[in-house]
Amino acid sequence: MASEFAVELRDVVKRFITPEGNEIAAVDHVTMQIKNGEFFSMLGSSGCGKTTSLRMIAGFEWPSEGEVYIEGRAMGHTPPYQRKVNTVFQNYALFQHMTVYQNVAFGLEMEGASPDEIKKRVARALEMVQLTGMERRRPRQLSGGQQQRVAVARALVKTPDVLLLDEPLGALDLKLRKEMQLELKALQQQLGITFIYVTHDQEEALTMSDRIAVMSNGQVRQMGTPVEIYERPTNKFVADFIGESNFLEGRIKSISAKEASVFIPALNTEVKGMPMSQGLVNGEEVVVSIRPEKVRIAEKAARGEGLFKGRVLTSVYIGSDTHVYLDVRGVRIKVMEQNRISRLDPSSFYVKDQEVTILLMPENTLVLKKD
Amino acid sequence: MLQRLRENKSAQGTLLALPTTLWLFVLLIIPLILTLVVSFGKRSPDGDVIYTFTFDNYVRLVGYSTDCPDGQTSCFDPLYVNILRRSLSLAFNTTVIVILLAYPLAYFIARAHPKRRNLFLFLVLIPLWTNFVIRVYAWMMLLRKEGAINIVIGWLANLLNIPFTPLEMLYTPGAVLVGMVYEFLPFMILPIFTSLEKIDNSLYEAAADLGANAFRTFLRVTLPLSMPGVVAGTILVFIPVMGTFVVSDILGGRQVILVGNLIQRQFLDARDPTFGSAAALILMVMTLIVTYFYTRKFGFGEEIVPA
Amino acid sequence: MNPHRRSPLILAATTLVYFFLYAPIVILVLYSFNASRANIKFEGFIPSFSERVVMDGSTVKSSPCGPFHWFCELSKNDDVIEAAGNTLTIAFTATIIATIIGTMAAIAMQRYDFKLKPFSQISLYIPIVIPEIVMGIGILTLFSQFFGWVNATFGLTGDARLSLGIATVTVSHIAFMVPFVTLVVQARLQGFDKSFEEAAMDLGANEWTTFRRVTFPMILPGVLSGALLAFTLSLDDFVITFFTNGPGSTTLPIYVYGLLRRIITPQVNALSTVWILIVFMAVLLLQWLQSREEKPVRAK
Repeated sequence: MASEFAVELRDVVKRFITPEGNEIAAVDHVTMQIKNGEFFSMLGSSGCGKTTSLRMIAGFEWPSEGEVYIEGRAMGHTPPYQRKVNTVFQNYALFQHMTVYQNVAFGLEMEGASPDEIKKRVARALEMVQLTGMERRRPRQLSGGQQQRVAVARALVKTPDVLLLDEPLGALDLKLRKEMQLELKALQQQLGITFIYVTHDQEEALTMSDRIAVMSNGQVRQMGTPVEIYERPTNKFVADFIGESNFLEGRIKSISAKEASVFIPALNTEVKGMPMSQGLVNGEEVVVSIRPEKVRIAEKAARGEGLFKGRVLTSVYIGSDTHVYLDVRGVRIKVMEQNRISRLDPSSFYVKDQEVTILLMPENTLVLKKD
Repeated sequence: MLQRLRENKSAQGTLLALPTTLWLFVLLIIPLILTLVVSFGKRSPDGDVIYTFTFDNYVRLVGYSTDCPDGQTSCFDPLYVNILRRSLSLAFNTTVIVILLAYPLAYFIARAHPKRRNLFLFLVLIPLWTNFVIRVYAWMMLLRKEGAINIVIGWLANLLNIPFTPLEMLYTPGAVLVGMVYEFLPFMILPIFTSLEKIDNSLYEAAADLGANAFRTFLRVTLPLSMPGVVAGTILVFIPVMGTFVVSDILGGRQVILVGNLIQRQFLDARDPTFGSAAALILMVMTLIVTYFYTRKFGFGEEIVPA
Repeated sequence: MNPHRRSPLILAATTLVYFFLYAPIVILVLYSFNASRANIKFEGFIPSFSERVVMDGSTVKSSPCGPFHWFCELSKNDDVIEAAGNTLTIAFTATIIATIIGTMAAIAMQRYDFKLKPFSQISLYIPIVIPEIVMGIGILTLFSQFFGWVNATFGLTGDARLSLGIATVTVSHIAFMVPFVTLVVQARLQGFDKSFEEAAMDLGANEWTTFRRVTFPMILPGVLSGALLAFTLSLDDFVITFFTNGPGSTTLPIYVYGLLRRIITPQVNALSTVWILIVFMAVLLLQWLQSREEKPVRAK
């Protein structure tokens, strides 16, 4: 292949004029490199610029600044029909006036493939998504999941270098969604082509992706593997957006490459943590982030560093876990504990106003720049 | 060149809209401007337009007259003001009656079983599809002294032994009103139906659930939600009634003169296009003002698009 | 709560309105079989067939066509035939042009942004909010002034002179039809978003192929109903035609209007009956075509 990267965005900006006449940057200086064969997700809430970025790769929009490269070639104003990428649309965009077969064959007809070849390839594509036998149905006669499969088959039959998926599972119910997540991932691994996947569902992104770009306000806030994104967020936004976090505000007392000591006024004490954001300096106002499942509730009598006394505010049993909300010196801290042992005895659960001690470990305490 | 056009979305849009825009510019905007120019002109003795700038035609329309009895040089002649007033009140009356007739029918169709809904709608459309002039003619046949209505009434009178002389209904303001109502009724039924059909059944259920009886549900839910349809229908009825001259011509004879008749006669019989143009502009301004205030109050729904 | 429940009051009102809508039409059709030539009273049907028309005063006693006497007379009336021809020529030509340019405008208004757009939008709304007669006399003034100028400037005389006729009527019809076509097609376009067109392009179709294979088939029902609406507006139009027609371009509504101001024989009724019948059949055919297209949809 021509390039190491399937798709590359270099310093791309996309501006729109709002109906009120204001200019807004939907995508604001985004740079990302998507490797060949990668399952790459753009994750963010609506309006973060993920869909606009995808549409610029597809060719539906052109960047106001910067450049999109596909297989190393600058795209410029290349129209969508001259790009070797295909899209699975959020609403599927299946042609209602055509049958399933005609929908899937459409792209091959446009390539000028021979009728024999079209027949063969459509059959194979439909088999791949397990829709053999549905050829003569109209899209409206299919269930949501089936329509979704047709949309995937229609795009994949063109054997694109890159498949773009714009919230393809958004319209499906939860159970079907989970099934399709696994199927799509399996399909991607089997075909070995690059998937660029847009979603607002963090669990979906974590489950499926090789790498994730977390976006907000038109910018990439962090890019990395699911583990990196979850375990090593580099700013407060990502720590907050992915999973849950307890945040404590404070000021850096001392800092080295591996460890920072932060004074937390609310707790009137110093905690030790790992500096995550780039360029943290002594005396800087920062945020300390601790995931609820990484807070340990210690033995009552324990003594030592990182131990804090707290009082239970409320405890919520949700089956696999118990969520305990604590008041630690006036600060609300959430703790998640797995229910590893089967039990019914009420005394084994946390109750309101119970005194507990929690343990914050430095390797679970992330020191982040304030946004 | 083609590549440039492909990338220039704005040029594509302009090109697509150009034929229509040009057509409407030449046959709508320019004629309106011409009408304005002509209305400030004078009539030449042989009926041509002399282009000057005089308000004479407008002054005449609002009642200023130089043709006065008793040797006065000027006086108030209410002839044209009365015509305008008559047209306005006829349009108003027609619209009100049409709403009262159309609403129950539209309501009935909207709440009919979906299978029969199309048939009922279709039955409303058929009279609309017979020709406008033919529909006026039908009423001429009904309203005549020897017409069907008099025959039916006469037969009833005879049955009850009441003396009966056939009614003179044709060539009266009433005949014109009935004709107008008949002509424009379907234009009110369709938009009201469209807006009623959109109301989700769950809204009625919610209203009932919250304790509203049928009457209050209608007043507080159905009626407000169908207002866009009523507004659209009013525009579709009021404006044409203001400008029509055929109905009054045939059913009103020479008795009922509306602003439409006035304009038509200036262009054909009296040969004074300048005065006719001034009257047409006054008519246009009146309808625009009414439409503006009416739609500003009630909004302007998409129901204006005929089904 | 039964959604199809109806109150007797509404049922009564509905019946009354339907009666009001149909009574005049029934009378109109009935009189087209009137034996009386004066057509003032209904003197019964023409009772019998005969070689030649037999009259008693102004009453037709028998006719080669029997009760359908007036329909036969109609078919021999050259003025009617000509007017019908004109009406259809104008309606067809104007519908085709208005549908094409109106559909283009609808796509432009719905899918593009351009400088001219506000102006186009206003032009499209004007015919709906001003009385037809204002448009009619404006166009008449335009044509008479323009033709007068051309005829004088180029010294045209006799048949070479530009004058009102089928062309001016057609051109004017297009002007008042276009906004309706645009509105109807635009409403249809609103129904589906750009993603269908983008999907086609994404699959390798260029702009023209996308229009031909995706956009057009999807808006076709809208285009057809827009065209149908335009066609009926043209057939039905009286006011604009009244001001823009000339010698040799009389349409049926104008012809009927002319008759109404003179003598009225049952021929006018026969003409109306034929008209209603044709319209009725056309609508039925259309409904049938539509119901065939929308096959019942069954899930799974």
